[in-house]
Amino acid sequence: MALLETFAKHPDDMNIHEYQAKELFAAYGIPVPAGKAAQAEDEFETALDAVSSDGPVVVKSQIHAGGRGKGTFTDGYQGGVKVVKTREEGLAAAKAMLGNTLVTNQTGPAGREVKTVYFSEASSIAKEYYLAILLDRDTSTPVFIASTEGGMDIEKVAEETPEKIAKVHVDPAQGLQAFQKRRIAFALGLDTKEQLKQLDKLLTGLYNLFWEKDCSLVEINPLITTPEGDIQALDAKVNFDANALFRHPDVQAMRDLGEEDPKEIEASKFGLSYIALDGNIACLVNGAGLAMATMDIIKHYGGSPANFLDVGGGANADQVEAAFKIILSDPNVKGILVNIFGGIMSCKTIADGIIAAARNVDITVPLVVRLEGNHVKEGKQALEESGLPLIPGDSLADAAQKIVAELKKISA
Amino acid sequence: MSVLVNKDTRVIGQGITGKAGSLHARNNIAYGTNYVAAVTPGKGGQKFEDSLPVFNTVHEAVEKEGANASVIFVPPPFAADSILESIDAGIELIICITEGIPVRDMAIVKDALRKSKKTRLIGPNCPGIMTPGECNIGIMPGYIAKPGNVGIVSRSGTLTYEAMYQLTVRGHGQSTCIGIGGDPINGTSHTDAVRLFNEDPDTEAIILIGEIGGSAEEEAAAYIKEHVKKPCAAFIAGTTAPPGRRMGHAGAIVSGSSGSAEAKIAALKDAGIAVAQTPSEIADTLLAIL
Repeated sequence: MALLETFAKHPDDMNIHEYQAKELFAAYGIPVPAGKAAQAEDEFETALDAVSSDGPVVVKSQIHAGGRGKGTFTDGYQGGVKVVKTREEGLAAAKAMLGNTLVTNQTGPAGREVKTVYFSEASSIAKEYYLAILLDRDTSTPVFIASTEGGMDIEKVAEETPEKIAKVHVDPAQGLQAFQKRRIAFALGLDTKEQLKQLDKLLTGLYNLFWEKDCSLVEINPLITTPEGDIQALDAKVNFDANALFRHPDVQAMRDLGEEDPKEIEASKFGLSYIALDGNIACLVNGAGLAMATMDIIKHYGGSPANFLDVGGGANADQVEAAFKIILSDPNVKGILVNIFGGIMSCKTIADGIIAAARNVDITVPLVVRLEGNHVKEGKQALEESGLPLIPGDSLADAAQKIVAELKKISA
Repeated sequence: MSVLVNKDTRVIGQGITGKAGSLHARNNIAYGTNYVAAVTPGKGGQKFEDSLPVFNTVHEAVEKEGANASVIFVPPPFAADSILESIDAGIELIICITEGIPVRDMAIVKDALRKSKKTRLIGPNCPGIMTPGECNIGIMPGYIAKPGNVGIVSRSGTLTYEAMYQLTVRGHGQSTCIGIGGDPINGTSHTDAVRLFNEDPDTEAIILIGEIGGSAEEEAAAYIKEHVKKPCAAFIAGTTAPPGRRMGHAGAIVSGSSGSAEAKIAALKDAGIAVAQTPSEIADTLLAIL
């Protein structure tokens, strides 16, 4: 069993750029190489001045995706992270990256436009380590993950060489204790007097950052020692619990909407939870579990879901209309399955919402509607009397089979 | 008979003087649930629905009305504080409906629950708990339930309704239905609920509904394999969910090799549990083994 199995990583929580994460690190006393970000070409010179007078420098594309170093730009330029020997090369690399679109193994084929370039002092590396703090679901407490195998995929290390990973849980009521910091230091073999001192300060900063800013993950990969034995965070990844943003306006200010899917941003404005998938049957469902189960049953009957969409428990007409607009903005969508279990809310209200939305949005693909629950008769009757070309589904299985059959008709 | 709640449960509502909370509390009361008070700081001395006394603190409601359960409809920034207040006041069962509580707040709540010998929390981010015909606390629609002998535990609200409704229209009732919620840190686990159903003489069969993320379903499967002789059926949502994305519920995420529907289904089958292939067949899957 992989060791990291139970730890909750939340890629959908708020993410920030490396340069922002390193600014936070610096503020919490976590040592990072000198660095400066630039958003325009005329800022490059001053940014470089702040990092190094001349000599080696690292130029890093700032996008919310990993695999930057091995990525390729759409114009053919290789590498989103460059270590260069001179200032001139640094300027040239930054010019090549800024405004260019970087494709990595995590961005998808469309890639991401680089709007910020980060210049960083080039550190000499003696050894690389892995260090992170996140929430352990099993214990409901923060846990440090530390490994001597730095710069690697930690999931892979956990699977292949679990003995090289140390886990130290912190009781949130007690806070981080000195013995816990020592356990991490000795597990990493960073045990000189000076290193223990440096790591003590770094771990305190890391824990305080994680706790005070409601982070879901703080990861340093790699953490390094220099040939002199000093400890430094060479990379920085910080994710925040989206539910806690209300108490951190400073964190909210770091959000880069350009890095997020516009359809998902639009959905969140209406209190909808939407995730695009690669199929062609769109789903509109109330409740996250039922929304997933609806995707599953479409697949079970031979179809392919185009999205996950949860309109929530109290779906109103505005939300239903917004949901239709969002799912129809996906050009792959060839059919729609609406599946609503009206609990407290009347199916009649939901039917009226669907009818209003269908009239405003101009739905040209087959639409199967399955309503169940409170006032279901009135709801079904309203749909029938609307004159809209809806196909009623009796049960979830019936509705899923009907929409899959409709798509087969189109493709036949 | 039932688990955790029945007609004698004395319920207070925290945050039920607000819009959403009052709607659901009224529904619960209309169902016959024994609400004894509301708690809203600053509104002490008023009446809810012209009859229930409103108190400023949970401690006062416990002292004056003998409350032993509390339902929480307080907005997410203040919900954890409301849970902690009820734990401190010695409430035995807290049901937190609120969705979107910060994980850090829940880590503190979990610590308080561990230290308390008395309190059980259901939720947060859950539809509540219902013993059909006796007590309905939360947002579950009462009319889809029927008194009977099947215990249901689920992370998802609307999938719970699917299972209840499928049973009811086939003439089978439920002993108690527990929605444990979709958050990564919650009060009552699948295993806790299964244990309660197993020990309840009037629960004759169990339906367990899970979804991707975490390992709670695998733990429940291991418990069932070891301890439960009653017929059990299950459904796991999220077979088609892409890895690395959070599917609505904060806890519903497949990361790396962990939390996948396949692994959960395999663990359930290994424990001798009948697993429904689709959400339409949850009730039939159980009835086939009764």
